[in-house]
Amino acid sequence: MNMSLRLAWRNLWRQPRRTWLTIGAMVFSNALLVFMISIQFGIYDLMIDNTLQSFTGHMQVQAPGYKEDARIRQSIPNVASLALDLRQELDLETIAARAAAFALASSEERSYGVQIFGVDPDYEPLVSTIPGLVRSGSFLEDNDAAEIVIGQVLARNLRVELGDEITLLGSGRDGSFAAAVLAVVGIFDTGVPDMDRSIAEIPLGHFQNVFAMEGDGHQIVITAPNLDATDALKPRVENFLPKDEGLVVHDWDALQPGLRQAIQADLSSAFFMYGVLVVLVAFSVLNTQLMSVLERTREFGVVMSLGLTPGRLGRIVLLETAFMGLVSVALGALLGGLITMYFGYNGFSYPGMDEMAANFNLPDRFYPQATIATLLLGPTIVFIGAILAAIYPALRLRWLEPVAAMRAA
Amino acid sequence: MRLLGIITLLAWRNLWRNYRRTIIMLAAISIGVWAMIFMTALMRGMVNDMVKDGIEALPGYVQIHHPNFRDDPSVSNLLPQTDAEISAQFSSAKIDAWASRVRVPAVISSEYESRGITLFGVDPLQEQAIDAIGSLVTEGRALQGVSDTGVVIGHKLAEKLDTELGKRIVVMSQDPDNEIADRGYRIVGLFEAGLAAYEETMVFAGKSTVQDMLGIGDRVSEVAVLGTDYRDVDPLLNEIKAITGGGVEVLPWQDLNAYLGSMLGVMDGFVLVWMIVVFLALSFGLVNTLVMAVFERVREIGLMLALGMRPSHILGQIIVESIMLLIIGLVLGNTLAYVSVVPLKGGIDISLVAEGMEMFGAASTLYPALEFRDAVTANVVVLFLGLLASLSPAWRASRYEPIEAITKV
Repeated sequence: MNMSLRLAWRNLWRQPRRTWLTIGAMVFSNALLVFMISIQFGIYDLMIDNTLQSFTGHMQVQAPGYKEDARIRQSIPNVASLALDLRQELDLETIAARAAAFALASSEERSYGVQIFGVDPDYEPLVSTIPGLVRSGSFLEDNDAAEIVIGQVLARNLRVELGDEITLLGSGRDGSFAAAVLAVVGIFDTGVPDMDRSIAEIPLGHFQNVFAMEGDGHQIVITAPNLDATDALKPRVENFLPKDEGLVVHDWDALQPGLRQAIQADLSSAFFMYGVLVVLVAFSVLNTQLMSVLERTREFGVVMSLGLTPGRLGRIVLLETAFMGLVSVALGALLGGLITMYFGYNGFSYPGMDEMAANFNLPDRFYPQATIATLLLGPTIVFIGAILAAIYPALRLRWLEPVAAMRAA
Repeated sequence: MRLLGIITLLAWRNLWRNYRRTIIMLAAISIGVWAMIFMTALMRGMVNDMVKDGIEALPGYVQIHHPNFRDDPSVSNLLPQTDAEISAQFSSAKIDAWASRVRVPAVISSEYESRGITLFGVDPLQEQAIDAIGSLVTEGRALQGVSDTGVVIGHKLAEKLDTELGKRIVVMSQDPDNEIADRGYRIVGLFEAGLAAYEETMVFAGKSTVQDMLGIGDRVSEVAVLGTDYRDVDPLLNEIKAITGGGVEVLPWQDLNAYLGSMLGVMDGFVLVWMIVVFLALSFGLVNTLVMAVFERVREIGLMLALGMRPSHILGQIIVESIMLLIIGLVLGNTLAYVSVVPLKGGIDISLVAEGMEMFGAASTLYPALEFRDAVTANVVVLFLGLLASLSPAWRASRYEPIEAITKV
């Protein structure tokens, strides 16, 4: 085996230019794949985290059907105490109860339709980034106060400032007329105009009074310690829920189906592109190895008549390819890693990316990070592609007749 | 001329001396070209549909608003002219495809539910002329004239409101004095739109009816104008600026929806980057093939030089060889791309990831768009860069010292 290794290695450098060109093709693809995959996976994580942590949470307890229709009657009884019990049962603080309704919010000068959320002032900051993004004033503190926190676009559109009053008009759970006058105590700026325009938060207790909820709510938001812990946590929540009310637990995938699908759609187009690159590189390897086998026909004839088996010769050809592949994996990962690091420090941006990024809760500059997985995934696939491409040239040797081969021109 | 014939003949024969190598290279080039064109057609198709859907929802290529309307789309920011004056301006300028509409934020309530929507007071005849969303009523009837007292809402909104065709709903908004203006309407029609968001938030009623409800006389919020080519709206924009005079904001769709506007630019950049990346992956193999082809023929080239062939003819011969290789590859690749796109003309169903595509702002059927200019770009990129890549091997071949070359083993 030792000799095969040495033969393979020496064979490579008989034609250094050809070898380097082939390695060059692989290094190019490897470096590109490392960089692209680092960016992609980094963006996906950021997309999921930003979207979920801003408001949705990793999972939610809801009444059946609420996710599809979001009607005020589809409510969870005694939502605050159920949330309390869940916190104790799971030994997890990041659980908060919410209620939601639609209402017309009016200031002195303007009226807009707004989604009103009744939130628990103590626990909401643990499951949502909105309380932390209050730029002026403060977040809600008293569970029964007639207070409201709104987004900065809504504040501008309604022409209200801190301390001004907002009147809410809507309908309560029983279909009755619901009205409230609330003082603006805080204005948040999430950077996502849609959220800043359409969401307002008031204390859960006050919400339940105004909208005749009688202690009911619509969501219990649960943020797991991290995304991966969601799957383990979900059955525990499901088991704990009172059986008779038919409450359901939705994980983030069900709550934001667009998120995973957007990632899948993006992945499938990316994989098509990566696949094309790998195929092109494989052709390059096939060409090189086939040529190198053909030009050595006489030499192979000699060594075979001296007793070397075609199988062993084939292994040498595969080993040559493996050497090229390994050199390319190392160089490609290094180069790709360096490029990724450069953009990791300086940030990566693309003209027009800021508008696109806003759609997915992303910042307009992105700082990719290379991990072992992103460094090796692409190069490994290129390596496998190269080995597969070398199989045909290696197999050709099986049909080589030593005498005829020696006479070949 | 005879010389060119000899060079071409030599190049052609040389190409097929090692037919395996040539065929592998041709396969690589045609797959590369196919991938360039095919992928571009898919992406183009997606973006074209996004832009078309987006423009349909806006609608029109150019819109006229009160300067403050976009920041504060309320009833206080109506256009300074009356509808009759606008009509006169447009008919004297001989522009037909336009619609003036009242557009205000409102709250819609069924017996059970309330939602925030945008209420459009429209003239159905004008809307049809600009292909606006809402003119495509799939259930019930379309609006009949400006004083129709019914509303047309989206299928999705009807579901969310727990209501149906023929039922009554109440629409609430504000009049210019910030008094609540409300009115009951009967649902006369349901429309369908490419994106769920449009179906959920757009409600259409007769223009005069809405003007009465809001107490705004003959005033409107926006004028939407359709042109002939959404890629080239500047002439239309200037014409409209000329006839409307000052005091209003006239904007093209790219500025009205920055996300869509940036998409076209991002796409053009992406297409070029993709093509160059594929080419670079190809180029290593191409250079390799030519280097090998030259290397094998060193003695032969030396002989030709010794017999009096000029170095420039050797250079030309290698380049013609490269051009032949590229052109055959291009022909195959273009054919492959055309053949693979044609059966997909009816659209590719990607509803599996519909909600994800909605996050991108795209619908759930993808219609590939094979654009002539993209195919031209791909061919030019391959041919031009391919020639560039073959210069170095060709140059080396023409610089051989005849004696050295002939005696080379």
